[in-house]
Amino acid sequence: MLNRRMDITVIYTIFKTNQGGIAKMKRVYLDNAATTPTASEVVEAMEPYFNENFGNPSSIYSFGREAKNTVEDAREKVAQLIGADDAAEIVFTSGGTEADNLAIKGVAMKNKEQGNHIITSAVEHHAVLHTCEYLEEYHDFEVTYLPVDENGLVNPIDVAEAITDDTILISIMLANNEVGSIQPIAEIGQIAQKNDIYFHTDAVQAVGSIPVDVNELNADLLALSGHKFNGPKGIGALYIRKGTQLTSFMHGGAQERGRRASTENVPAIVGLGKAAEIALEELDEKREKMIKLRDKLINGIKAEIDEVILNGHPTKRLPNNVNFSIRYIEGESLLLNLDLEDIAASSGSACTSGSLDPSHVLLAMGLSHEVAHGSLRLSLGKYNTEEDVDYVLEKLPAIVDKLRAMSPIYNQK
Amino acid sequence: MYSDKVMDHFQNPRNVGEIEAADGIGEVGNPTCGDIMKIYIKVNENEEIKDIKFKTFGCGAAVATSSITTEIVKGKSIEEARELTNKRVAEALDGLPPEKMHCSNLAADALQKAIDNYLGIEENNVCDDCEDMPG
Repeated sequence: MLNRRMDITVIYTIFKTNQGGIAKMKRVYLDNAATTPTASEVVEAMEPYFNENFGNPSSIYSFGREAKNTVEDAREKVAQLIGADDAAEIVFTSGGTEADNLAIKGVAMKNKEQGNHIITSAVEHHAVLHTCEYLEEYHDFEVTYLPVDENGLVNPIDVAEAITDDTILISIMLANNEVGSIQPIAEIGQIAQKNDIYFHTDAVQAVGSIPVDVNELNADLLALSGHKFNGPKGIGALYIRKGTQLTSFMHGGAQERGRRASTENVPAIVGLGKAAEIALEELDEKREKMIKLRDKLINGIKAEIDEVILNGHPTKRLPNNVNFSIRYIEGESLLLNLDLEDIAASSGSACTSGSLDPSHVLLAMGLSHEVAHGSLRLSLGKYNTEEDVDYVLEKLPAIVDKLRAMSPIYNQK
Repeated sequence: MYSDKVMDHFQNPRNVGEIEAADGIGEVGNPTCGDIMKIYIKVNENEEIKDIKFKTFGCGAAVATSSITTEIVKGKSIEEARELTNKRVAEALDGLPPEKMHCSNLAADALQKAIDNYLGIEENNVCDDCEDMPG
């Protein structure tokens, strides 16, 4: 435990944030798909909006008008990040989950007379899946959950074939949070368009990571979340193409053009706007860096550890996502051991999800339970360095060896 | 989430391994559950557990419960070992999170199976706690 590396960045950070005194151990955070640290520029941008510019944007006096202008600025920045034609098409929500809920419930309830069928995929985030299940159970909707191939990809042909006269909504995520696979959204969007069906995409993992353009994607609705690209938690947005018919489910005041009642979370909105601005500026550079680190990690793991399976598409994959099934061992044990070495990661194992089933995404891809239980997800972020990757490659093989030595199914070939 | 005792057994598991020509072997769980525990025992003429080893595929609680089970019964008589329950194992570890009691605390069951095996009692190969059994 005495040989921790202290690098210059850590020491600098201690002085900069005034924590002084106690030396910090190097911590390698590789769970950026779960959440990211809020960028210091974002925190700085938010700060004045707590007790200096604290007005309610709906108020007619100067405090309010200033706050309102700030909100509209942020809205513009979010619109730019995703190529929306008009900032008015952006509705702020409490995050990606609410954006998905608003999109799906909003379209479903408003267009019930036209039909009650929804098409989605088996690998969606729970915010989409459970919303669909809710509509099935309480509002008589019928939902088709399309299967995926072994890389987690939806086949656009399957989408087309699932369409019926009653279909009013198709919802397919842009990039998967577990295995990083990037879906053929533009194609699917085109199919939806041709058939006059609303198309929603949960782009929470993709925005800020790869270029996203709502027109290129043919999307009517798109969900994004601030804390996935170094913005604050508790804020996201739903892009709603002009002309889209949907109801709101937050009823009350007239905020967000009547689509989402509630006094705007101005500091968080400012934070989201700033994060969006930075994300757009840095998109290409960050992407290049992520791909380099990701591939080093993937190749390193393949070289150092035998009997591993890369989950997800090898190339149609998020720049920052690494997901391996490591045979004969279990995910939570892996994470605990990594944590003891100050490495934060995640797993598709049941033990980490609180249910008996491992990740629904991995199962939908055809992995056996055993292989799914042994999955490890490492997701990079903009603050990760090559040293971080090297550190993981240094520590992981020994951890795997230790767990395999304990495993009753290793050596059983 | 886990007590210090659990973390200790997790980091430094006792009695990991197999016993060749074991007197009794007990296995519980299956890959579907996400937990598999295998316990090997060697019994002496005084009906005492002379040696005991385990192998486990599973989470932190699975490893810790296996480890402490072997530690508790090593050197004890078969009769005493028979009295070890999952509940007592959890207590010995200063408790487990509620969701871990259910699926991970199978180590005492594995031990009982090993004893059954030694005594020639027929093995009942059902994982009681698992809802999803492979066909």
